[in-house]
Amino acid sequence: MSKVINIIIAGLGGQGVVRASDILAGAAFRAGYDVKKSEIHGMSQRGGSVASDVRFGDAVFSPMVPPGEADYLVVFDAGQVEANRPQLRPGGRLIAPDSIDERQLVNRRCLNIGLLGVLSAHLEIGEEIWLEALSASFPEKLLQSNLQAFRLGREADRKENS
Amino acid sequence: MTRSERLFLSGDEAVALAARDAGVALATGYPGTPSTEILEHFATLSGRAQWAPNEKVALEVAIGASFAGARAIVTMKHVGLNVAADPLFTVAYTGVHGALVVVSADDPGMWSSQNEQDNRRYAQAAGVPMFEPSDSQDAYDYTLAAIEVSERWRVPVLLRMTTRVCHAKSVVRPAANPPSAPAPGFVRDIKSRVMIPAYARPAHRRLREKLAAIAGWNEASGPAVEIAGDTDTGIITSGISYMHVREAAPEASVLKIGMTYPLPVERIRRFAAGVKRLVAIEEGDPYLVEALRTAGIAVEGRPEMYRFGEMNVARVRRILKGDTSPEPKPAAGKPPQLCPGCPHRNVFTSLRNLDCIVSGDIGCYSLGVLPPFEAMDSLVCMGAAIGVGLGMRHTLPPGQARRVVSVIGDSTFVHSGITGLVEMIYNPPPSGHVVLILDNGTTAMTGMQEHPGTGRDLGHHKTGRVVFEDLVRALGVQLVDVIDPSADQQAFQNLVKQRLDSGQLAVIIARRNCLLAAGKIKQYEKCEASHE
Repeated sequence: MSKVINIIIAGLGGQGVVRASDILAGAAFRAGYDVKKSEIHGMSQRGGSVASDVRFGDAVFSPMVPPGEADYLVVFDAGQVEANRPQLRPGGRLIAPDSIDERQLVNRRCLNIGLLGVLSAHLEIGEEIWLEALSASFPEKLLQSNLQAFRLGREADRKENS
Repeated sequence: MTRSERLFLSGDEAVALAARDAGVALATGYPGTPSTEILEHFATLSGRAQWAPNEKVALEVAIGASFAGARAIVTMKHVGLNVAADPLFTVAYTGVHGALVVVSADDPGMWSSQNEQDNRRYAQAAGVPMFEPSDSQDAYDYTLAAIEVSERWRVPVLLRMTTRVCHAKSVVRPAANPPSAPAPGFVRDIKSRVMIPAYARPAHRRLREKLAAIAGWNEASGPAVEIAGDTDTGIITSGISYMHVREAAPEASVLKIGMTYPLPVERIRRFAAGVKRLVAIEEGDPYLVEALRTAGIAVEGRPEMYRFGEMNVARVRRILKGDTSPEPKPAAGKPPQLCPGCPHRNVFTSLRNLDCIVSGDIGCYSLGVLPPFEAMDSLVCMGAAIGVGLGMRHTLPPGQARRVVSVIGDSTFVHSGITGLVEMIYNPPPSGHVVLILDNGTTAMTGMQEHPGTGRDLGHHKTGRVVFEDLVRALGVQLVDVIDPSADQQAFQNLVKQRLDSGQLAVIIARRNCLLAAGKIKQYEKCEASHE
């Protein structure tokens, strides 16, 4: 059985944490994995900290990533990095907000999708599946700026690795 | 829709889908995290879903639908079932005709609630069969099972969910052949449904007979899952805890109970006999532990420290190791706050400036307790702002009594604030009283649901509207003002000061749409105008 991939997406209410984790979970689901996703709604939405756990693999039990077992930690707000860092396993990868050049975003509100693009380069999910998951999540008028952000992130990471 | 499909749904969405597939004719409830999305999703599936003013009314409407022979589902958060408890205990006696499923969404850890009560106790106390799903597939399957059990034995059934089942998303394969719904029609059954003592006494006996029969069904074919593993440790569990157990102890023998009231005691006894050590892993109260011990089954419970907050994988590992050392504290995140520009801000600034004693209530405006406002002195339950404020007015020394203000939101006012105002008219404090209704045009905290004060239904279409100022005047309140708190903070503060000084009974309706909802409200209004 393949290992379960554990991802935590964190930020502040209004930054699109839940949207990004929906797209990630949707992509893993489309790729045929067993997927679970969990976050807290309600009080935490009012500008407070928000974190969403996404787990996928052959079989996933708990919907929550156990502390210190995240393979990837994607953070949208620089101020939230330290609070969430203990979630990462030793050797796990942090994708901080400065992983992409925000000035290159057509729309800066698409930072969440840009950072999802960075994450996507590490996961075994095909690009067409990502595009399907993104297209299913945005109305036409918002899709192009989000696709631009996603590609920017996906390529930013490739450049870094090469 | 093809029935071989594979879907990715939250537990709430899965309940809604199952209800739709089973032909549920009416879904009702009151918004409450984490239950709210069930009705919203049911409506998107073209089901008939409606918000009631509160959970008690919702359950009564659902009982009526069931008496009419239709399938009904009613949804609420755990504390909502306290409000609906009165009809619940007696509909257990009357029994039902069409299926009646009561969804209780509990919130262990209190992510968005004022307590972490364990509503499994209600099943036992009211004598209502209960299912506890572990994930979205269970949520789908157990909703269908609850409908079948409800109609087979003519009893209401509880579907007890928790935050991590309601809001977590996982894979669901819908049923190929969901049970088809009966056609509604009135069948007179006076002795079953009119609970005068003479008819209620035999009804109670019938309920206990039904529960014995259901226990037998649960023993033989209830939805339990048994994992045959290592016989050194056996774990009995239910709900979300099952998932944490499978991950934390993949080698252990596990018995997951799907229907946790009435329990399949003999099945558990057989499982217990096959393992050296039996541990019950459960969130909240020691419900399974107490039931097993009563039945004479030796079982190890989790240490008391794990009663507080949610169960998780790390906790299961600790419990199995007998580790009671202090748990690492999760890093403190940024707390929620009132949005920049929120109309509640000026209200709490004013109350702080006036050094009011604030009897608060439940909603976004509960955040008025946090810095920089710190302008709330009590918060108990939905609607309590008014009664608690009156009690303080009656008994505080006059100098303090005159500073007491009750603060309640629009949806909360409809839910259970109106009877508080009746109390104010009937038992007025000598110093008078001031009630602030913070009317932001939506049930903001739970995600912008409509309520009777907005004049729009669950689907945001125009319907009858309860006009607060008319209602309050009709009740006999002497001073009634409607003011926009965002327009001028000082003017708002002056009005509150004048009303406090008047010594009369006053209601101030602070009316300004929630910033997050304002755009949508404008759209709905435009839509209405174009249809007129």
